Amino acid sequence: MQEIRNYTMNFGPQHPAAHGVLRLIMEMDGETIVRVDPHVGLLHRGTEKLAESKPFNQSIGYMDRLDYVSMMCNEHAYVRAIETLLGIEAPERAQYIRTMFDEITRILNHLMWIGSNALDLGAMAVMLYAFREREELMDVYEAVSGARMHATYYRPGGVYRDLPAQMSQYRESPWHKGADLKRINSWREGSMLDFLDAFTADFPSKVDEYEVLLTTNRIWKQRTVGIGVVSPELAQQWGMTGAMLRGSGVEWDLRKKQPYAKYAEMDFDIPVGVNGDCYDRYLVRVEEMRQSNRIIRQCVEWLRANPGPVMVKNFKVAPPSRVEMKQDMEALIHHFKLFTEGYCVPAGETYCAVEAPKGEFGCYLVSDGANKPFRVHLRAPGFAHLSSMDTLVRGHMLADVVAMIGTYDLVFGEVDR
Amino acid sequence: MTDTPKTSLAGQLAARFGDTLAISSMRNETVAELAAGDLITVATALRDEPAFRFSELIDLCGIDYLGYGQIEWDTETVSSTGFSRGVEGQAQGRFDWAGRPRGERRPRRFAAVIQLLSIEHNRRLRLRVFCEDDSLPLVPSLTAVWPGVNWFEREAFDLYGIIFDGHPDLRRILTDYGFVGHPFRKDFPLIGNVEVRYDPEQKRVIYEPVSIEPRVLVPRTIRDDADLMQAKAEAADHWREN
Repeated sequence: MQEIRNYTMNFGPQHPAAHGVLRLIMEMDGETIVRVDPHVGLLHRGTEKLAESKPFNQSIGYMDRLDYVSMMCNEHAYVRAIETLLGIEAPERAQYIRTMFDEITRILNHLMWIGSNALDLGAMAVMLYAFREREELMDVYEAVSGARMHATYYRPGGVYRDLPAQMSQYRESPWHKGADLKRINSWREGSMLDFLDAFTADFPSKVDEYEVLLTTNRIWKQRTVGIGVVSPELAQQWGMTGAMLRGSGVEWDLRKKQPYAKYAEMDFDIPVGVNGDCYDRYLVRVEEMRQSNRIIRQCVEWLRANPGPVMVKNFKVAPPSRVEMKQDMEALIHHFKLFTEGYCVPAGETYCAVEAPKGEFGCYLVSDGANKPFRVHLRAPGFAHLSSMDTLVRGHMLADVVAMIGTYDLVFGEVDR
Repeated sequence: MTDTPKTSLAGQLAARFGDTLAISSMRNETVAELAAGDLITVATALRDEPAFRFSELIDLCGIDYLGYGQIEWDTETVSSTGFSRGVEGQAQGRFDWAGRPRGERRPRRFAAVIQLLSIEHNRRLRLRVFCEDDSLPLVPSLTAVWPGVNWFEREAFDLYGIIFDGHPDLRRILTDYGFVGHPFRKDFPLIGNVEVRYDPEQKRVIYEPVSIEPRVLVPRTIRDDADLMQAKAEAADHWREN
């Protein structure tokens, strides 16, 4: 009889389904996985060490680049940790703005996830539809911060600036013209809040479109139902959070259980799965998009009615206005000190977490009283999730590994840091 | 919900573990320090006992306390010695691989910090374990208690050189294949050690010593609390708006 042996296969780091720079060493028995050893770190930039060598504020921009599809949520964790140690609190309007942008970010992230996950499993169209809405939301990012992705918008003590009164419009170009241009700009006549109002009124119908493409799709269900089943016990043993935990039926969401910003005032529901397979996690994330949409609408309503400051009036932490600087010596000195030296954070340590789209994103911050952090550790949900890969995919087929990478919602910016 | 000593986590921990844990609470965060030898028994109890049920280990990270509280910019004796005060000290950005500080000793330099989460009680707890020997920092591995700690321990080993006794697969995880040193230690230069490039003559990627110069743009300084107290006072009476 012919002897059949296991063989080892290399997957990535350049592979379209690897979501970045994942390298998997897989021991295969035919098409079945016997053992898998993920190699990560190919995108390691030493963010935490870099942060130790810079004043606190200069590292906010690095946070965007960790999980680069849920930028503002990462900033939120870091900024909250600094605020906790400083003992300051952002003004109410800033808190609402943060809540709103956390949810905008969640939709951005889930759109990216639904598109790429479907693409990995053979459904090309979803990616194109998802990017249609991502484009609108990235315009919101741009309107508020000037950058479409890496916003650096949250600051300790509030947000960088108030929401713009005018949403920018598209000009005529070979790509946007005629009736198409008119349609795109019709939402952009008013302020950014008007735009978000129009967007959120329309968005649920867009989610319906994705669902039409996938939810009852026979191929989609064949690829996801019963694949990568995570029991609630297993999820907790492996430190899973976010949709990975909720997909297994554990009702755990930091926005409800340990509310931060203005989540305590928001009316929204936490979807949970039943079977803990890839399909349940898909359903959970789709429903999260609808719930995020609800939260954004509530924030828009409040923000319209309540103007006010978006930054603490504390010149040790927040810069004075340009006008003030030019009239007031004191303000000029504050500005100079803040931008050359930064502010000193009282000695102590804290762990602050937010419910990022992928799970719990936490920041463990140690200060020795200096103007630079002594130690910053960023707890990335993807890192914990990916470590369970070997346990989960043993006995599955090779193609299921791709479904698993998709359902983990991996981004290597945060896994490798 | 107000916590009494009986219902608070710190109180419960003190009642259950006694002197094994050194407990402190700050801003609703409970921290327990313990000896490496007690870690496994305490962790197992924290996971299993109904009063605690810390079912999830959220995070484990290494920390290097070398140079804690050291400054490069003296704020006490202002201007008597001029601007030279600005370049004192040995912060990570100021030395290269050859000039890295060696032989500096600090008792209890390395520690592993663990964040636990109890989903049942909706509580968090932070554990800190100091390594006794700086030259061979050793902590027992928690992989048998929470399997999810596996990669976090590998990371702490990779970046800080903390050895987790009993870990099934203690390899480097984030740094390059064949990397030398533990880059997050405070005596490891910020600019790193080697850089890589493709060499067209040898037709392969080669490693070379780093070509960039170490430099620090903003010196590390610790301001007296007066600064912050003043800021708090200013914020309190809104003097600017008046």
